[in-house]
Amino acid sequence: MAKVPVQFTLNGAEKAEFIDSGTTLLHALRDKIGDTSPKGGCHQGTCGACSVIIDGELRLSCLTLAEACNGATIITTSGLSERGVLHPLQRAFLDAFATQCGFCTPGMIMAAKVLLDHTPNPSREDVVEALSGNICRCTGYEPIIQAVLTAARSNSQNAA
Amino acid sequence: MAIRRGRGVAAINYPTGMNLGGDPTQALVHSTPTGNFMVTLSSVDLGQGMKQIMAQICAETIGVPTDRVVVDTADTDTGPHCMGTFASRGTHRAGNAVIQAAREARQVMLEVAAEELEVNASDLETDGQGNILVKGAPQRSISIFDVALSAHFKRGRSISGRGMFLIPRSYPEKETGAMKPSTCYAHACTVAEVEVDDETGEVTVLAVTNVFEIGRALNPKMVEQQLVGGSWMGISHALYETTEPYYPNRDHGGTDFNQYLMPGPGDLARTEIIVLERPSADGPYGAKGPGEMCANPQIPAIANAVFDAVGVRIDTLPITPERILRALKAQAPN
Repeated sequence: MAKVPVQFTLNGAEKAEFIDSGTTLLHALRDKIGDTSPKGGCHQGTCGACSVIIDGELRLSCLTLAEACNGATIITTSGLSERGVLHPLQRAFLDAFATQCGFCTPGMIMAAKVLLDHTPNPSREDVVEALSGNICRCTGYEPIIQAVLTAARSNSQNAA
Repeated sequence: MAIRRGRGVAAINYPTGMNLGGDPTQALVHSTPTGNFMVTLSSVDLGQGMKQIMAQICAETIGVPTDRVVVDTADTDTGPHCMGTFASRGTHRAGNAVIQAAREARQVMLEVAAEELEVNASDLETDGQGNILVKGAPQRSISIFDVALSAHFKRGRSISGRGMFLIPRSYPEKETGAMKPSTCYAHACTVAEVEVDDETGEVTVLAVTNVFEIGRALNPKMVEQQLVGGSWMGISHALYETTEPYYPNRDHGGTDFNQYLMPGPGDLARTEIIVLERPSADGPYGAKGPGEMCANPQIPAIANAVFDAVGVRIDTLPITPERILRALKAQAPN
């Protein structure tokens, strides 16, 4: 099958790959580019583990064709820390023990980041709504909700 | 037709590990040339925190900071034998094996230090910070870093130890059938408060209060994390999760996360966790296995709460609206 060229910005770096037509963004990121932070949970859009941010919007990379991302700006969890300093959401997830096996964590953090980008001071209900497309097996969700609320508070303190 | 409230309580004993022909786990500990310690296991960390706990146990036994210990659980082809990470056995079985291995390694470490300091090994102690001191004369000391270098390059000794912890198989007595299936039990009790809609059969869990008796909590934050998540999972087992709703008939079995139901972040019950620490006699530093049992008592507590609310006993899981409505119908006078 003919390869298709695809070019996008991933976590601030230009990426160009030749891929098979029909390749999902999840597959391209993990197996072509080597960014394994998006996880393949269900591969059918029901678990949220593969969530990434495309042009500022939360997207399921398992249901997104890589070739549809030409020219897009993509952010994944592996691009959040800067020079070894964790993003406030990553810090809050660690401090709140909001991860156990860790498989849902990158998707949770992506969903939380989009929420905080749009709603810097979310209510608990906002957080619950934002995480409602992401499944977690281990934590019972409460530590994750608390981590997102903590990150929002630390963001607003830094901004003040 | 109304929304009816009910409250249920349940208490459980939970055995740590299992007893099918004996229950062994093996561990190996060795030092690197620079005095860090490596724990080699086949026990798997699947998110419960095995690596952290084994590092703590090894560090405590040898007398070094936890960050001087690296735990390798990589490969069952090449690692020492472990029956597996299940039945809440990881901390208890592997932890005891790590203690045994770390004690042997510590003894070699002290013997090498004794030769360097020209004292008797039994006169030495560790300060927990990476140094070995002469008891009562702490100015005479040597760092574990230097001891490891000496062992490797001067004395030709391997600072290492072997650990094997085995719960032997227990056979039932022929006359009475009595046996000892486990040596260590954790305990838990849950009070659940529910609302049941007797028109739709819908159950809402308002609150669960859980008390867990888990031996000594070797890492209290990780224990809390496990118990909070487990409590949620217990509610999920009680009301939602099933692969085969008409078992053994596979019809209507869930095939994906759209059909295999779990509560999401919007469906959380008010959850309280209380930890009681009663150190176990044969556990590593008193630990028991809280892993699986933390998701157990919610199930009978919710079943009892449903009975308290609407007077029907549901004895098949999950407690679905359909099962409640069928039971209410069967109970109704005509």
